[in-house]
Amino acid sequence: MSNQYSTPGQIPTGPRLISGRFEIADGYTYGGYVRTGGYVALRKALTSMTPKQVHEEVKAAEIQGRGGAGFLAATKWGFLPPDIHPRYLVVNGDESEPGTYKDRLLMELDPHQLIEGIMLACFAVNAAHAFLYVRGEMALAQERLAEALNDAYANNMVGRNVCGSQFSLDITLTWGAGAYIVGEETALIESLEGQRGMPRLKPPFFPAVKGLYMQPTIVNNVETLANLPAIIKDGGATFRGIGAPTSTGMRMFSVSGHVNRPGVFEVPNGVTTFRMLFEAPEYCGGVRNGGTVKAFIPGGASAMWFFDEHLDLALDKPTVDKAGSMLGSGAIIAMDQTTDMVAACWRIVRFFARESCGKCTPCREGTTWLEQVLRRILDGQGRPEDIDLLFEISESISPGIAWPPLQTTICPLGPSAVSPIASAVRRFRNEFDHYIAHGRPISGIEDVLNPSGIHAHV
Amino acid sequence: MSKKTLSITIDGKPHAALSGQLVIDACQDAGSFVPFFCYHPRMTPVGMCRQCFVEIESPRGPMLVVSCMTPVVEGQVVRTTTDGVKRAQQGVLELLLANHPLDCPVCDKGGECPLQDQAFSNGPGESRFVEEKRHFEKPIPISNLVNLDRERCILCDRCTRFADEVAGDPLITFISRGTNTQVLTFPDQPFSSYFSGNTVQICPVGALTAQPYRFKARPWDLDQEESTCTTCSVGCRTVVQSSRDELVRYQGVDIDTVNWGWLCDRGRFNFEAVNSAERLTTPLVKGDSGLVESSWAVALDVAARMLRTAISVGPESVAIIGGSRGSNEDAFAWAMLADALNINQRDCQLADGLPAEIFALPQATIDDINRAPTIILLAPDLKEELPVLYLRVRHAAEKRTTRVIEFTAHRTGLTPYAWRSVQSEGGKLAAAVQQAGSSEEISEQLSRGDVVVIVGRTNLAESPEFVVNALAEVLHLAPHALVLPTLRRGNVRGAIAAGLTPQSDAGDTADILVAAAAGKIDCLILLGADPLADVPDADLARRGIAGARSIIAIDTFLTASSATADVVLPAAAYGEKIGTTTNLEGRLSTLAQKVTPAGTSRPDWMIAAELAIAVGKDLGISSYADIHRMLIDNVAAFAPARDDKRIRHEGVLMNHAHPVGLARSDSSVADHNSFKHRLIVSRKLYDGAQGTAKSPSLAPLANASGVFLHPLDRARIGVPSGVEVKVTSDRATLVLVMHESPDVMVGTAWIPFGQPGADVRELIDLQGDVCDVRIEHI
Repeated sequence: MSNQYSTPGQIPTGPRLISGRFEIADGYTYGGYVRTGGYVALRKALTSMTPKQVHEEVKAAEIQGRGGAGFLAATKWGFLPPDIHPRYLVVNGDESEPGTYKDRLLMELDPHQLIEGIMLACFAVNAAHAFLYVRGEMALAQERLAEALNDAYANNMVGRNVCGSQFSLDITLTWGAGAYIVGEETALIESLEGQRGMPRLKPPFFPAVKGLYMQPTIVNNVETLANLPAIIKDGGATFRGIGAPTSTGMRMFSVSGHVNRPGVFEVPNGVTTFRMLFEAPEYCGGVRNGGTVKAFIPGGASAMWFFDEHLDLALDKPTVDKAGSMLGSGAIIAMDQTTDMVAACWRIVRFFARESCGKCTPCREGTTWLEQVLRRILDGQGRPEDIDLLFEISESISPGIAWPPLQTTICPLGPSAVSPIASAVRRFRNEFDHYIAHGRPISGIEDVLNPSGIHAHV
Repeated sequence: MSKKTLSITIDGKPHAALSGQLVIDACQDAGSFVPFFCYHPRMTPVGMCRQCFVEIESPRGPMLVVSCMTPVVEGQVVRTTTDGVKRAQQGVLELLLANHPLDCPVCDKGGECPLQDQAFSNGPGESRFVEEKRHFEKPIPISNLVNLDRERCILCDRCTRFADEVAGDPLITFISRGTNTQVLTFPDQPFSSYFSGNTVQICPVGALTAQPYRFKARPWDLDQEESTCTTCSVGCRTVVQSSRDELVRYQGVDIDTVNWGWLCDRGRFNFEAVNSAERLTTPLVKGDSGLVESSWAVALDVAARMLRTAISVGPESVAIIGGSRGSNEDAFAWAMLADALNINQRDCQLADGLPAEIFALPQATIDDINRAPTIILLAPDLKEELPVLYLRVRHAAEKRTTRVIEFTAHRTGLTPYAWRSVQSEGGKLAAAVQQAGSSEEISEQLSRGDVVVIVGRTNLAESPEFVVNALAEVLHLAPHALVLPTLRRGNVRGAIAAGLTPQSDAGDTADILVAAAAGKIDCLILLGADPLADVPDADLARRGIAGARSIIAIDTFLTASSATADVVLPAAAYGEKIGTTTNLEGRLSTLAQKVTPAGTSRPDWMIAAELAIAVGKDLGISSYADIHRMLIDNVAAFAPARDDKRIRHEGVLMNHAHPVGLARSDSSVADHNSFKHRLIVSRKLYDGAQGTAKSPSLAPLANASGVFLHPLDRARIGVPSGVEVKVTSDRATLVLVMHESPDVMVGTAWIPFGQPGADVRELIDLQGDVCDVRIEHI
């Protein structure tokens, strides 16, 4: 396949707003952070801005939340009922969507930037206590954040009367016990309170009104907050000038799968295309073995899959939404032409079945059943009626099997397991039929699950 | 407070829903059936089973919502029968059934199972689930009374929510996640809740089964009658179920005024005692070789002769003890007999109650607990003595609608929920109330509206006058307070109102026993009473029983006391006789007969009627209808029971005497010297009572014997916890195992009443005000 992006300069570029310190060896230390322009925005806000002005700058930046839903951050802040205190900021660092690892790097390589972002957000919404919830498995991130918090406290960047101002804030660092669903904001709040990490029902528990300890609570993603220092330093208008009007700023995308150079890339939001990301030498540098993209997941395992006809879509929220999927948390997974779609589908469904919290019936029973049917097909025990069964079970979890999905479940985890099935079966029905008829993948497909090639029946 | 109504449309028909109501309840009211599993009207909705989908009209078109989590709003349009609703409900049902075992033929729930009913009426008919079902060890006991089959469980959160929210014993919880989620106890901590049986009743599948009922009957073999539990005086409404003329199960019935559907395990499972092989089935008459079986004719003749002889000496040489275990009619028939023979010495309390004047104070109802901003507890541990009343008080305190002020000598089940818990040593309750009343915050709290004082015997080792004086202090601080007396025995209030209480200036049970000990009682009638086991002063009871010249016992079992009688007449037990009963708030409700009385046993009222004829004083009672009519015609308190419909369900409140006041009096008692501990004796739920001791499932649960001391006192005595010590009062010395417990006040020794092992009643002297004990190592 010819590579359209073999020469530099053909793809849009932008400043590295939040990943700029990734290559600086001591960028994660207090000294390194301050030396490279850290805590300037915080000082600026505390000395020359009112909370409302900070809020206005963020509103002007039109930054969309980077956690998955892509909701405007400043609008979310505006949902806090006035004059009800205490109110909390909860930082969602429980990044566990398969294929997403941008927040981990932001926490490991630039923890002070996140802390500064937290300070700015709390200053803007008048919160006096923030909770930083880090995924249980991220040991290095926990360590670095703990050290960074100690240093920030020692240097009066966090705590009482920050930088001599009237503003005080405590940040409590805490971490999870390893559950995907705790990335869902209400489940995270439950976990933070010491309960089982199970989602709450919305309504009535919209966090902005009744969140942590039943108080007004803002839950923001790590990347969203990490952008705040740049927004306050350079102004919201500058930020909005980057990327596309519909998707402002720079954005981190985690690319994995069958590309030559997987990794996290900070790209101008809304203008870069998937093809650029996969093929440009600045980014992933092409599909492995010179192959082609058969399918790719544009925004985390819960998203509907995209195929080669979607490669030239821009990484722009409305564009991707319109095309029938989502950018989600920015996890892009590429699959080349040798990928076994039945196995890939099963692998993702298994993830959701294992991560289902067990609270509501359709998700608990449905995802597990879907996984068992797919596994049976892979094991050569598929029946022709299994395809209909997969759709019937999916229908019970997500009526209509549409995008955006409807759900009979409490939270969107259940419908997440429906996306890969709907995507893979509709597009690659022949591969499923072949498995059911012959117990093995069609020729040319890598038999990852059974490299010996010996199958239960032929 | 009447609630606002909202106009909504359910399935095309207009419906007036109550503001704050959930859609699922509105649908039920409107007659539109919505299936559900996890929803329970007495608990917080959780929306977990996802079965109760309905469609609601929204600006974006029809929207599927779970009706148990959706409040009604004005103008709402709800549809319960559309294709979308049916598809969602059937989808969830198929998923619930996917892993559910098909062992309905051997499942206790089969035949009354909501999941089975749903599967039959709306289910797919055939399972498409060809995979291996989820497997767990089945069933596992999670307590002495309840078994758990995790394969059948549909994870509706009802039992776990009940344990946490209603009972306050969060001993079962979800573990693991996803499809491996299961309900389980914590390691080495059984589900030893006094309310565990309720989880069996509310389980929507057969995951939780009760040990006493397992494999006893199938639901379609059961015959049932609604009745009232008389295990304690709360008067929970129950359904009594039998199969093949044998009681097999009690279930709670939800009435707003009393128990909200809940029962305690003791009340739920003590039907085993009614079925006991040890029940008295035939009259016994004392011969040369002790009690021998006899006929009713002979036994009544012997009894009548004893009674006539005693009456000829004088009515003051006859006394009746007991009567609070039967119905109102039973008590009234015996009161009529006593009236006919001028017997004034009668007492249905066993020197462990309160004076009857307490019922002449302005009375509270159980439901007042929910309304009053303040509840004052001058009562024993409600969790141990009146468990469902504990649930009601706990609920009010948890909902923050009510503040509980507790006066106690040791930590009770309600202490964690009390707004203020005041520790007070035995004999000093009134002083503690006085002192608390002088604090500003308490007087401020008392001025916030209604005050309910729950009053009962806090300590069986002290004179009841202390708690009465404390009550007088409360009424002085809050003259508007309403009193909820908590005497424990099932129908004690009814028996008192029917006349089984000392008449004229006659003495109470303690005085009767003193007179008997002095040889002044020729005939002692024990009406379902066992003074040798229940009167707190063991020595007095022994001397009294020994001193009575003749004893007639009417009882269901041969107890320590009835074994000494000259004539024993077998009485019909609970579930074997029809009647009405009175609970602690004076609520009159029906008792049902479900099974035939054991052997030739008869209801107490019938025995009274026959004995009356035998002594030549025909009372004119020839049927239950007669005595019931005589009761409501002749005793004003019972007149409201004419409302035949209401006494069969939620009950009616009895008429109260005109309220009188309570005079304050100084009742300070001397401090005990520093070598002694003030003795506190109170009951545990499970003790040596007949209903518990004769129920094989419950009897082993009475195991709280010992003396409990504060850690500082234990250190002073210098022996480790769990070692036997000598406990000496002026009366006797007992050897008891000593347990260290921070729940007991310093300077106080707590010994539970009626537990197996050394009997604390040996220490108590009813003539004394308080009882102080010396504790030494052996």
